[in-house]
Formats: sequence, C-alpha cells, structure tokens
Amino acid sequence: MDLLGLYNYWIVILLMMMGFYVVIASGHLVKKLIGLNLFQASVFILYISMGTVDGGAAPILRSGVGVFSNPLPHVLILTAIVVGVATTALGLALVVRIKEAYGSVEEEDIHRQDDSL
Amino acid sequence: MIEVVTVILFGMLAVTAIAAIRLHDLFAVVMMFSIYSLLAAAVFVAMDAVDVAFTEAAVGVGISTVLMLATIGLVGRHEKRPTHRPGLPLAVVTLTGMVLVYGTLDMPRFGDPLAPIHQHVAPHYLQDSPVEIGIPNVVTGVLASYRGYDTLGELTVIFTAGIGVLALLGIRRRKRDES
Amino acid sequence: MKDNVVLRVVTKIIVPVILVFSLYVQFHGDYGPGGGFQAGVIFAAGFILYALVFGVEAIDRVFSAATLRIMTALGLLLFAGVGFWSLIGGERYLDYDALAQEPLVGQHLGIFLVELGVGITVAAVMITVFVAFAGRTPD
Repeated sequence: MDLLGLYNYWIVILLMMMGFYVVIASGHLVKKLIGLNLFQASVFILYISMGTVDGGAAPILRSGVGVFSNPLPHVLILTAIVVGVATTALGLALVVRIKEAYGSVEEEDIHRQDDSL
Repeated sequence: MIEVVTVILFGMLAVTAIAAIRLHDLFAVVMMFSIYSLLAAAVFVAMDAVDVAFTEAAVGVGISTVLMLATIGLVGRHEKRPTHRPGLPLAVVTLTGMVLVYGTLDMPRFGDPLAPIHQHVAPHYLQDSPVEIGIPNVVTGVLASYRGYDTLGELTVIFTAGIGVLALLGIRRRKRDES
Repeated sequence: MKDNVVLRVVTKIIVPVILVFSLYVQFHGDYGPGGGFQAGVIFAAGFILYALVFGVEAIDRVFSAATLRIMTALGLLLFAGVGFWSLIGGERYLDYDALAQEPLVGQHLGIFLVELGVGITVAAVMITVFVAFAGRTPD
C-alpha cells in the first residue's frame, strides 16, 4: 500500500495542528478564536478530501458524466460552515463583553484579576 | 494534474497559517485568516465540492472577516508578546499530530473509489435521487430532503447563536439609553 | 468611509448586483451550485457592504431591529411548518411527498420552501449579528 496516497490527511493534520498551536500558545482571545477557525477550516478540508473520487465530477447530475464525488460530506460541511460562523460570532460577542468587564482580552491579565492562577 | 494544483494550494495554506502564527498585529492575522479561507475555497473547488466552496468563500472571506475586524476594533488590535516559552505548546501539538498521523495509516487512499465512505448511502443518493427527488443538484436534495432533520437542527443552532449574540451585545445599549 | 467617492459609487453599483445574485443562488439552487445557506450569506453580505460604507444606520432604513427578529424566527418557523404540513398530509415529518398529488411536485415544493426558510433565517441572523457588533462603540 503506497503511503503517499495519504498525503491529504497529513497536510490536513499539519494545518490542524497549526490552528491548535494558535489556540494554546496565544494569549489574546481573538487570536485564539482565529486559531479555532483555522482548525475548523482544516477539518472541513479533511471531510471534503474524504469525499473525493478519482476522476469524479461535482455532484450535479447531468448527462455524459458517470462518476461523481460523494455528496454527503458536502452537505455536512456546507451546514457546518454556516453554523461555524454563527458560533464564532457568539464567541466574539463574549470576547467583547470580557473586554468590557475586565478591560483586557489577554488571558494572563484576566487570570491575574481573578487570582485564578 | 489536479493533484499538483491541490498540493500547491495546500502549500499556500500552510504558509498562510504559519504567517498567522508568527504575526502579532491582529489586523494582519485576520487578513491571513481571510486568505486562508479563500485558499480553502479553492481547495474545495479542486476537490469537486462546488457548493461548499461557494459557502466558504462567502462566509470565511466575507462575514467572518468583517465580524473579526469589528471585534478587534472594539478590543484593540495588538497582541501582547507571550511571556512564556513556546516549548510546551509545541510539544503538545507535535505529539497530538504524531498520534493523528499514526491514526491515518489504515485510512483509504486519497480519491479511492472503493473507500467505505462511498459504499454506504452515497450510491443511493446519486442513483435514486433523480427518481425520488427529481432535482439535478444532489447536494440540495440531500440537504433539504433526505437529511431535512439535520438541516432543521443546524438552522436552529444558527437561530440560537443569533439570539445569543443579541443577548450579549444588544441589551446593554438599551440600558444606557434609558439612564 | 462615506467621503471616499470611489467606494461610494462602486458600492451603489455593486450592491444591487449582489442582491440579485443572492436571489439567483437561492432559487437556482436545485439546478446548480447554491441554496439557502449560500444565498442568505450573500444577501447579508450585500447589506453589510452597504453598511460598511454608508454607516450602520443605513440598514435600519430597510430592516429595523424588530423586522430582523421577526425574520429570524420566520425562516425557522417556515422550515418547521413545512414539516407539520407533511404530517397533516399523512406522511412522516419533513417527507415532502405529501405536499402535492405528485410526489415529485411535492418534493420540489418542499425543497423550495425549506431552502427559502433557511435563506431568510441565515440572512437575518448574519445582519443581526453585524448590527450588534457594529452598533457598539469602544469604551
């Protein structure tokens, strides 16, 4: 079995881990959310890459085309993208309220004010 | 040929993500995220997912970017330099990545038409939807008809998130008006 | 950004095109790429572009806060309502075969209404969220 055929998963994992790194290494809450979004976008790419078929066409039925890529991941990710932006908006709204309550959006400042570290 | 395009796009995605990690001006990071979304949309086109590419281009490049810019307009655009070393996060990320790579070793090859994902409900959708639904775009048929419950649930999540944002950001302004 | 002539003129030209395109995406989603989710987002993007250039108050002239809230609920209710309609027609929830004499006509009608509901709610939520963010001033 040729391992090179798995390159899509490995690149997605690389991108995913970059997003993960932003989430855990950065102290700024907006940047954490951006990292979460990078992570999320790479999960989308993972799903879509699993639905791809060699020589397949976009799943819009028409005469003269026999092989289509799998429509199911497309449906799942299509809705997930819009749900993703809605939940990101909720997270950003929370960040705005945190800024108003604490005067800062840096994780360390917030912990210091709460004496939670 | 299409693999070459995909690999180049993947490379550009990685470069954009690295730039987003290394930059500390949030405005630039948001722009990098916007570019990342656009490249992801291009990857989706290369992988025959036109509907998804459409959504990602409209949402990631349009709405998400505007919302993030609005937020950094309210909370400030400069990130403090981190005081701790990047060693521990880097180790955690590397370890997680290695475990995930180990998990992919028995996955089906990219584009394999015999992969399990293509054997279950997908052939049914592709072959029977002209008879059962009668519309050419299978994605719309699956979204609205076969998986209508799913979509109703997703729409409820969007609705709830909208209400949540209103509850968080819409109320204080009115109080200030009254006082 | 109101003072920039280029932005102002280009926005006025491009916003109607965006809105018409979003309607195309909404109603042509059965035959080509598109559907309620994309159309709702594009529709909202048109308004957001206008509001970025001419100020958030501009949205108020078309969609007041109350209208947006009603639209948010209306789309979801339309979706859920189609489900109950098919229940009344004697089929399972969200089985559109029951909506017309011919199952295929029923499917078409059901998908049309459901996608319309999705489009309305998504557009209203996106505009609401943008107004909520843009309407705040930094303390």
